[in-house]
Amino acid sequence: MDINDIIKPENRIYKRPSLLTDSHMHYCPGCSHGVVHKLIAEIIEEMGMEESAIGVAPVGCAVFAYNYIDVDFVEAAHGRAPALATAIKRLQPDKLVFTYQGDGDLAAIGTGETIHAANRGENIAIIFINNAIYGMTGGQMAPTTLLGMKTATTPYGRRADLNGYPLAISNLVAQLDGSCYVTRQSVQSPAAVRKAKAAIRKAFENSMAGKGTSMVEIVSTCNSGWKLTPEQSNKWMEEHMFAKYPLGDLKNV
Amino acid sequence: MEEVRLMKGNEALAHAAIRYSADGYFGYPITPQSEVLETLEAEMPWDTTGMVVLQAESEIAAINMVYAGAACGKAVFTSSSSPGISLMQEGLSYIAASELPALIINVMRGGPGLGTIHPSQADYFQACKGGGHGDYHMIVLAPSSVQEMCDFVGLGWDLAFKYRTPAMILADGIVGQMMEKVVLPEQRPRRTEEEIRRQCPWAVTGKKGRKQNVGTSLELDDDKMEQNNLRFQRTYREIEKNEIRCECTNTLDCDYLLVAFGSIARICEKVMEMAAEEGLKLGIVRPITLWPFPYAQIAEAAKGVKGILTVELDAGQMIEDVKLAVNCNIEVKHYGRMGGNVPTPDEVLNALKELFINEKK
Repeated sequence: MDINDIIKPENRIYKRPSLLTDSHMHYCPGCSHGVVHKLIAEIIEEMGMEESAIGVAPVGCAVFAYNYIDVDFVEAAHGRAPALATAIKRLQPDKLVFTYQGDGDLAAIGTGETIHAANRGENIAIIFINNAIYGMTGGQMAPTTLLGMKTATTPYGRRADLNGYPLAISNLVAQLDGSCYVTRQSVQSPAAVRKAKAAIRKAFENSMAGKGTSMVEIVSTCNSGWKLTPEQSNKWMEEHMFAKYPLGDLKNV
Repeated sequence: MEEVRLMKGNEALAHAAIRYSADGYFGYPITPQSEVLETLEAEMPWDTTGMVVLQAESEIAAINMVYAGAACGKAVFTSSSSPGISLMQEGLSYIAASELPALIINVMRGGPGLGTIHPSQADYFQACKGGGHGDYHMIVLAPSSVQEMCDFVGLGWDLAFKYRTPAMILADGIVGQMMEKVVLPEQRPRRTEEEIRRQCPWAVTGKKGRKQNVGTSLELDDDKMEQNNLRFQRTYREIEKNEIRCECTNTLDCDYLLVAFGSIARICEKVMEMAAEEGLKLGIVRPITLWPFPYAQIAEAAKGVKGILTVELDAGQMIEDVKLAVNCNIEVKHYGRMGGNVPTPDEVLNALKELFINEKK
């Protein structure tokens, strides 16, 4: 059998999503963002919503998400993505509206917008990348930084007496009457990626079904900020991050 | 159809917005403009025109909702008063830098700080000189009557969409709270999505039949960002060329010129009448657009006058632009009240005499 006998459209089991652009991603090797971007592009394509999806990009590493995911976008000010998504969805209820935010954006400067959008039950999906650090600005402490974790602004490790405690904001959002689906996933293995994809798809479907706010937290790595190799980062995440941020559904109604 | 009603300036803003086919309002309560949101909620336009009305969790959320709505090509607006408008400055800078049309209403109260709930005009600098970061301008309209509160909603949107820039109605608390007769315009139909796609090809509406649209103010390439800034400036020069509005009263033959905006210009009309009875001829220039500012019109009106008095509810802000208008060739003085106080016509006339006439005797 010749190789050309195998490479045929009917034999294809995997392809690059058509909505993932050819732009060279600026993310560090080993970063979780690329995987989650791919999942979003894939799901929008599979749902056939290329022409009606509107994303809201954050401030942070994913600020240029619109350069990689080829749907309409609005770039938010730091933390305000859920406010933007609120307006976009209310003004265009037939659109699939999602935000893509990191932990600093969503759980520090944007805590108010996150809580209130979810509490109003806005029909939006919030994709939340929690890597416990401010990646873009150079690895400073985030609200989700673990106790003892060294960052640029906690060089001797996060101390509860100085810096307070890591914030499990998804648990807060799950408490709100307006949220319908809150789940915590990860993307460090093929099995985890498949679960994360199903979760994001469910969040998108919920928002189109008008069920309320869905939030998918992806517990992620930032190997540059954590000063570890990608492989070490995945191990470190499994050993330390999952203890504070255990995976699984927090709410599913 | 048109309708004649008696109402507060703040209520007129809400009725006008519905009739001018607003798509969305996002606001947060603050005195003295809460009637805007209250009136909209009572009118329930979502059942009639389909307009979205939302009480946001903060002014910061509200202006960012406006930013997003504007990015969708929708006719959206917010209203607040001075401290709330301060919170919105970052969002205004984003809207200007993303070249989006939006309407912002500031019913000014006295500051600084939490200040007072009573009227003021002390946000002139903030509105006209760019309260947020970066080189940007907003079109600033200053209504002096309830009718203008109504009319400037439509005018503000028209200008905002024409130039893809935020427009602000800068009203003092008096215009917001006073009741007058107002002729409300006919109900305009809201634009359909197809119409928005045609009129605003840049709008974020889902990339149906076209390439991706992105509403953003971010550009990390220095040369491109400089080009963006140069484009903004070209727009501002165009606005300065086409959109200056002011009202001149009795300026062809007067001894002294009063320059005032908003409700204070109305008080100045009474000052002018009282002065005429004493044989003192006063003219009034009322800037209607505070940005772009009517420099040439003031210079023209000031020809041959003995002095100019700016009357403002602040410590002297617009006076700087009036001095620029006459190149300091004519004596320009300021009379203002602060803290929520409003001058009586007597007080203004006496101030004029003190500052220009008695002093020289």
